[in-house]
Amino acid sequence: MTRKRRRLWILLLCGLGVGSATALTLTAFQDNIVFFRSPSDILAERPAPERSFRLGGLVEAGSVEREQVADGARPSVRFRVTDGANTIPVVYQGVLPDLFREGQGVVTAGRYGLDGTFRATEVLARHDETYMPPEVADALKRSGHWQPEQGAAPPAASWNTLSPPRSPASGS
Amino acid sequence: MHRFANPGRFLRLAGAVLPWLWATALAVTAWGTAWALLYAPADWQQGETVRIMYVHVPMAWLAMGGYLGLGILSVMSLIWRHPLADLAARELAPVGAAVTALCLATGSLWGKPMWGTWWVWDARLTSVLVLFFLWLGHAALVRAFDETERGARAGAILALVGLVNLPVVKFSVDWWNTLHQPASVTRLDAPGMHVDMLYPLLVCAIGFSLLFGAIVLARTRSAVMERRIRALEMARARRADRPLAAAPATLAGD
Repeated sequence: MTRKRRRLWILLLCGLGVGSATALTLTAFQDNIVFFRSPSDILAERPAPERSFRLGGLVEAGSVEREQVADGARPSVRFRVTDGANTIPVVYQGVLPDLFREGQGVVTAGRYGLDGTFRATEVLARHDETYMPPEVADALKRSGHWQPEQGAAPPAASWNTLSPPRSPASGS
Repeated sequence: MHRFANPGRFLRLAGAVLPWLWATALAVTAWGTAWALLYAPADWQQGETVRIMYVHVPMAWLAMGGYLGLGILSVMSLIWRHPLADLAARELAPVGAAVTALCLATGSLWGKPMWGTWWVWDARLTSVLVLFFLWLGHAALVRAFDETERGARAGAILALVGLVNLPVVKFSVDWWNTLHQPASVTRLDAPGMHVDMLYPLLVCAIGFSLLFGAIVLARTRSAVMERRIRALEMARARRADRPLAAAPATLAGD
């Protein structure tokens, strides 16, 4: 066995060792690496009311209620977060990110009260992996193929080469 | 492989390729950025902010692709003791650190208006930050030794250990739930991006990659030249060493 070949084998073995060590560590810490928990996770294993954690899911269609507040006060909003199977009501006071809307993925940080309401101290919007020009989104909505409030966009193959007529006059 | 280990051959080849590489890189980058920033459509919900993606995504690909390159150079360095691989790795690391920093910075600028936060410790963002520290650590480590060969050896080992982070970066969005969105372009089914945005993105990615290659090649070329000059100077100093008094005169004159 030449020295080069021996070095190659040593390197391969070390790589195997480091790789499997990393895989084992990541598997062991699986639960801690998760950034948020879904409503079903939380209802299955109810966290203590004083513990702060992140709840993630979609904003349920038709659930957003913005409360009128006096001038200068921070706006307050109520909505429900769903993962399809279960929903949890959320109340939040503060500024919402630009992407927040019904049907959008959100991650909220806060505490789950004994009354079954999640009191959020922070609401972050998640962006999904679709990138779509406004004309295409409008065309999909008009044709009834997609209602953004109801959830994710249809499979990309059906729209990513779509070229609707660009008519600026018909829009705003 | 050792055909390219000859520094003279490398210098001739790099010297011939570089002007063309620079010209193509600048032309494609200009084409891609103009298309992306001026002519590509806005996104239906992100609006104009989507244009950050045309820089962010190529920088992320380069941060990972460049690191894969560093891994290959490290294997060549450790197994075949390839001297050019050592030099190229040394010159690649600061550029890799720069593109990773740009990826993190543009991501953060996008995250504030879109997500509502500059930074979160989710698996994707954290693993990219680790990638950034690996780049920086490699750049610092290879320069920390008086003996350049030992520095290169240590750097190569660090780079190879750090290679386990690459699949973690890539698949973090699939293995765990994260705030960062999953891949839009590099996936098995159709890209989740409209072609009017996808094509300018691909042109940007090619342009930035060519630019990255040109910068690394130019840096490696000047490093080889620098080493030659140092070798020549040392040879001359050794020659001038015999009559001790003559040494300063030789350096000043010429």
